[in-house]
Amino acid sequence: MPSLKDLKNRIESVKSTRKITKAMQMVAAAKLRRAQDAAEASRPYTERFNAVMAGLAASVGGSDTAPKLLSGTGSDQVQLLIVMTAERGLCGGFNGNIAKLAKTHAQKLLAEGKTVKIVTVGKKGRDAMKRDFGSLFVGHVDLTDVKRVSYADAQGIAKDVLGRFDAEEFDVATIFFARFENVVTQHPTAQQIIPAKFEQVEDADATLYDYEPGEEEILADLLPRGVATAIFSALLENAASEQGARMSAMDNATRNAGEMIDKLTIEFNRSRQAVITNELIEIISGAEAL
Amino acid sequence: MANLQFDLVSPERRLAQVQATEVRIPGADGDLTAMANHAPTITTLRPGVLTVVHGGGSDTYVVSGGFAEITATGVSVLAERALPQAEVTQEVFDAMVEEAKAVHRKAQDNFKNEPGPVDDAAKLLSDMVAIGGHIGLTAKT
Repeated sequence: MPSLKDLKNRIESVKSTRKITKAMQMVAAAKLRRAQDAAEASRPYTERFNAVMAGLAASVGGSDTAPKLLSGTGSDQVQLLIVMTAERGLCGGFNGNIAKLAKTHAQKLLAEGKTVKIVTVGKKGRDAMKRDFGSLFVGHVDLTDVKRVSYADAQGIAKDVLGRFDAEEFDVATIFFARFENVVTQHPTAQQIIPAKFEQVEDADATLYDYEPGEEEILADLLPRGVATAIFSALLENAASEQGARMSAMDNATRNAGEMIDKLTIEFNRSRQAVITNELIEIISGAEAL
Repeated sequence: MANLQFDLVSPERRLAQVQATEVRIPGADGDLTAMANHAPTITTLRPGVLTVVHGGGSDTYVVSGGFAEITATGVSVLAERALPQAEVTQEVFDAMVEEAKAVHRKAQDNFKNEPGPVDDAAKLLSDMVAIGGHIGLTAKT
């Protein structure tokens, strides 16, 4: 049975843990709001962009001269997985879930005899994937110093990926990230970005546009941007998901710490009472013996 | 006079959303002005100055590329990077020109025997420098 002193120390330590988790939860809540705003602000661009691209892709997609970024290299032998996770832990299952999805995907591809290459964005995903797939790593993007994801960061990653594509290092690229639904739910998602896939709009009376310059030139100009845009929106979704996951994880931790404090306090009071009773018994039995 | 809905969005934020009467766009193949009932067009942009004329006067923005979707009732400009003219100070402008110069140098190094990419980069740089003339700033040589 722990002594009174020990119990007191434990209670103090759990109390300070609760303070820390509470503070982290509040910080995450503030950051979440900002991340959500950023994700919201980027939505009009992404939506318009995809709408235009879908139209273009539909009209050019079938031709033989379509850019490789759209039609693919004609093979799917070499697969590039871009695993995007957070730089920091303490956010529940957020990093683990993304890594798990990427791992299952990689195992499936390897079982099919495909070549897999992995680029990691964010330290935590790298650590999680290292043991099983360390030999497949071809690159890593560190965003530790980035406080707020900007389009330039996404462009940097896109440039790296497109450079590899031009050098014919891979045929298909897929990004892994967590789509933000709400504070308690984030869905780990795999999205293929090269060759680009667009939801086909089944619109019979779609407007017929004039293209300036030609359709194919515009498409060639826009596809690399599409990669950057997809990565950017994934980064934003990830940022919001991370904060959401951290917020609920820290909320749970705070609640657990509270329960633990209650339990320990009861135990402390009981043992204190036991000590007092013991002392009384000793005094009384001492007095009786006289 | 008929109005058209003008949207200017960059990946990071929505910069403008107004009812405009006229939008002057720096298209890749030359400037164009969109007014209501314009034929539906999609054009890429070159770095340049975009002007929106609306009931309360006109606004100018500096855009660094992207594309525009023009329909009979509206214009949406999806710019890679866009700034209201007032935010483009000499320093910002210098940084933009410097960036274009770096791209140009890189193109010259990487594609020694292919004129295509080098010419594109040179065009980008001269477009960038030309913006200065429009907004009263001069590029450092």
